[in-house]
Amino acid sequence: MTRKLVIVGNGMAPGRMLEHLVDAAPGRYQVTIFNAEPRVNYDRIMLSPVLSGEKGYEEIVIHGDGWYVKNGITLYKGHKVATIDRAAKTVTSEPGVVEPYDKLVIATGSVPFILPVPGRGLPGVLTYRDLDDVNAMLLAAQSRAKAVVIGGGLLGLEAAAGLKMRGMDVTVVHLMPTLMERQLDEAAGYLLERAVEERGIKVMTKASTKAILGKDRVEGVELADGTVIPATLVVMAAGIRPNAGLAKAAGLTVNRGIVVDKFMATSDPDILALGECVEVEGHVYGLVAPLYEMARVAGAKLAGEETTGFAHSDTPTKLKVTGIDLYSIGDFADGEDREEIVLRDAAAGVYKRIILRDDKIIGTVLFGETSDGAWFNDLKKKAVNISDMRETLIFGRAYQGGAPLDPMAAVAALPDDAEICGCNGVRKGKIVGAIKAKGITTLEQVRAHTKASASCGTCTHLVEQVIALTLGDAYNPAAVQPMCGCTTLSHNDVRRLIKAKSLKTIPAVMQQLEWTSSGGCHKCRPALNYYLVADWPNEYADDYQSRFINERAHANIQKDGTYSVVPRMWGGVTSASELRAIADVVDKFAIPTVKVTGGQRIDLLGVVKEDLPGVWAELGKAGFVSGHAYAKGIRTVKTCVGSDWCRFGTQDSTGLGVRIEKFMWGSWTPAKVKMGVSGCPRNCAEATCKDVGVICVDSGYEIHFAGAAGLDIKGAEVLGLVNTEDEALEHIVALVQMYREQAHYLERIYKWARRIGIGEIRRQIMQDTEKRRGYFARFVYSQKYAQVDPWTERVSGKDKHEFMPMATIGLAQAAE
Amino acid sequence: MSLIEIGKLSDIPRQGARCVITPTGRIAVFRTAEDHIFALEDRCPHKGGPLSQGIVHGGAVTCPLHNMVISLESGHAMGADEGWVRTFPLELDGETILIDSASLAALAA
Ligand code: SRM
Ligand SMILES: Cc1cc2nc3c(=O)[nH]c(=O)nc-3n(C[C@H](O)[C@H](O)[C@H](O)COP(=O)(O)OP(=O)(O)OC[C@H]3O[C@@H](n4cnc5c(N)ncnc54)[C@H](O)[C@@H]3O)c2cc1C
Ligand code: SF4
Ligand code: FES
Repeated sequence: MTRKLVIVGNGMAPGRMLEHLVDAAPGRYQVTIFNAEPRVNYDRIMLSPVLSGEKGYEEIVIHGDGWYVKNGITLYKGHKVATIDRAAKTVTSEPGVVEPYDKLVIATGSVPFILPVPGRGLPGVLTYRDLDDVNAMLLAAQSRAKAVVIGGGLLGLEAAAGLKMRGMDVTVVHLMPTLMERQLDEAAGYLLERAVEERGIKVMTKASTKAILGKDRVEGVELADGTVIPATLVVMAAGIRPNAGLAKAAGLTVNRGIVVDKFMATSDPDILALGECVEVEGHVYGLVAPLYEMARVAGAKLAGEETTGFAHSDTPTKLKVTGIDLYSIGDFADGEDREEIVLRDAAAGVYKRIILRDDKIIGTVLFGETSDGAWFNDLKKKAVNISDMRETLIFGRAYQGGAPLDPMAAVAALPDDAEICGCNGVRKGKIVGAIKAKGITTLEQVRAHTKASASCGTCTHLVEQVIALTLGDAYNPAAVQPMCGCTTLSHNDVRRLIKAKSLKTIPAVMQQLEWTSSGGCHKCRPALNYYLVADWPNEYADDYQSRFINERAHANIQKDGTYSVVPRMWGGVTSASELRAIADVVDKFAIPTVKVTGGQRIDLLGVVKEDLPGVWAELGKAGFVSGHAYAKGIRTVKTCVGSDWCRFGTQDSTGLGVRIEKFMWGSWTPAKVKMGVSGCPRNCAEATCKDVGVICVDSGYEIHFAGAAGLDIKGAEVLGLVNTEDEALEHIVALVQMYREQAHYLERIYKWARRIGIGEIRRQIMQDTEKRRGYFARFVYSQKYAQVDPWTERVSGKDKHEFMPMATIGLAQAAE
Repeated sequence: MSLIEIGKLSDIPRQGARCVITPTGRIAVFRTAEDHIFALEDRCPHKGGPLSQGIVHGGAVTCPLHNMVISLESGHAMGADEGWVRTFPLELDGETILIDSASLAALAA
């Protein structure tokens, strides 16, 4: 009979434990998890990049909902466990679910330490532990006002850097004389303080918080010396405590944390505990590497495998603030029995210190240049006697044995058992082995197969070097393509940073993101213009000079420099009066060619530029607006006759097509968007090779997307079936908005979908109602600014200069 | 030398161009982000594309038809492409843009 395993807490430690368990003994337990946080397991370490805007929440999810379904695991989100009844062997959650267990795992993590000062409960005082904290900080950051971070440790500094990047005025208040004093010596702490201040963050050391001021919400922080710092946001990052209350109430042995043996058993043999909430052999931990070691042990125990017990090891500390490199491990206190080697390079802001005892490394502090951290750590772990290389040790691996090696050679020289990824304890040999055995060629695959670089990411560079060494020329790290020659950033990076840093003009993007050209080029400028139009619909002033001529002139340029004019014909439906108006325009302006297009409308070709406003004025009188046949925008919605006439028609496909086109026209998109609506599966509107298509059926509307029929040919994917026309519209609009927000410029829907994943798009649009409504609402909002007929605007005088020569020089003048 | 007024600086958008029609052909007058002005024959050396319709960036324009990049200063194609288009000297008197009629005659020749 399968046994019942219940887990309290769904953080990083039990997540890893479950991975071991479902690998080693699938189906051995029926697993139920209770998580106080209303969400799946995500990479808590990466909250700082989410705060700063360098990553999105979706990117840091470790196990999506699908993973739990696939592995038959029940996850109660937002269920905090209130009590454990050890006699009855049940747990009860606050919302009232009672769940029996055979084995119980407690993994409740830590709670932030709240300074016991007056005012600590005021609105606006936050901690920094989970996604809710980050969201609350982001909300507060919108005000661009002042923030105080209490605590100059790892968490406090990452919070401060993130808030600063979000535009707040930030002060860090720290009790001790130097920052991160538990991981850094004074010299490095001083350099860190300077580096933090260079980012525009104020630092106050030796500053003891006396009270948090404010009436209805926080207004400032008062220090012991009477100084008052105004603030609308206060983040307490003054340390964490193991979250052991629940275990204690259940009568388990608790000291600083829940006491476990080296096989993670608590004082009750049916209850295991792991993660930051436990104390093992006198140690409690605050970094993931040892927690993952616990997860390995606990997973093996539950799977019924033989295993070695948990062994203590030091974990290096790194700070995830872009541009600040520090590395510290082991013991760096001064002492009688110790010697040290120090290297300082003031100009470069580099400081390195190695602490030795009996000719062996026991601690290392590196600031400014940390690439040798892994090597020093390796020597430390293996207790290598360094007397032979004492003179050159501090210069690092590259300088051992004569001539300096290049960095690649230094990695090549690392032994197979050198640790590359500290968080996950992955050694070089494992990475090389996986690459060879599984034919891996990318960093992503290495992450998936070995977990190296999959947690905090600071070892990414080392991992890439190992891949490059193993694969030689076959490795192409430039899989991330820069947008163009003016920057090293990819489209993804640029899109994210535009949002994160609230960049709202092209010059601001170029300045802040350090463009290497003064005015961009014909590749990046149109892309940036689109990103800004899409992201700030109400604020951004469209830069016409950054648009390709077709979008600037609102007509398609032809090989002879004339233009073509394609008016909208909603859903391909027209009338005698429309056709008559077109005929009259053709006559009046002597337009040489009239052609029916592949998009169910009429193209007037060979119009000279000066005539465009005149042609548009006439067409406008008959009710025509621009067909945007020139735009990276909504093009056509092809329809078939549908239930109005066709003997097979199941729904009003023509009507739906017209409705979609009227709702969505005018919107700018990353690349053109063409749609089709067919009245039955015979599919006369060719809806299944469109960017978005609808096949009407008796029971409703089947939405398709990501088809292609141009340079590539590809049948569309099914998004899902909806019942009503209203729902069809909502889903299609939401899908296109998601595409507008995420795709790279010039990336058609099918390419974007290939990158994001059909399943993920389906999940967000079909299943996540809240997400879908959000996308829909943002589209509607941006349409307020976009759905303006550009032809009418120009007929009334906008951009007059575009259509007229500046001067005409007569023969007489020229001959003078 | 006789200078003919062809317009004001503010007639041309920054990073844009306007055309001047002459008896012998069209000239494209460009204005860069830094307010430098240049005049080129409005015919791409590749297949005659109207350079005035291109995207202006730095001191160059990208032809709208097939993306050849032309230096505004020299009229030469940049990068790996080859080709050359005539340039015309301009004078800026305060806000007023002036062109030398003699150079236009040369175009006719
Ligand atoms: C007029 C038309 C051909 C016709 O006479 O029927 C046409 C004309 C042009 N197409 Fe097209 N395409 C036309 C329907 C199509 C279709 C069929 C359709 O829409 O049902 C396709 C295949 C579906 C698709 O969109 O992929 C099509 C795939 C392309 C492509 C390939 C796009 C791709 O990503 O694979 C290009 C090139 C591009 O966009 O870079 C292109 C580019 C062009 C351009 C804009 C070339 C250019 O850059 O100057 C042509 C402009 C001529 C003009 O001034 O009107 N045209 N083109 C059709 C106008 C439809 C409309 O009413 O708006
Ligand atoms: C901003 C930030 C940055 C960090 N950076 C790094 C870093 O760079 N490197 C590093 O190694 N470590 C870092 N850490 C630490 C690392 O995230 C933690 O060590 C790790 O997440 C702890 O895992 P855990 O499973 O023990 O607990 P957690 O991940 O904290 O998970 C505990 C979960 O249990 C839930 N819970 C609590 N009580 C109950 C209950 N009664 N019932 C149900 N659920 C409950 C909580 O809601 C929480 O979701 C960072 C932490 C933070 C907050
Ligand atoms: S297929 Fe399209 S792009 Fe090619 S020549 Fe015809 S209209 Fe032009
Ligand atoms: S005509 Fe200018 S690039 Fe072809």
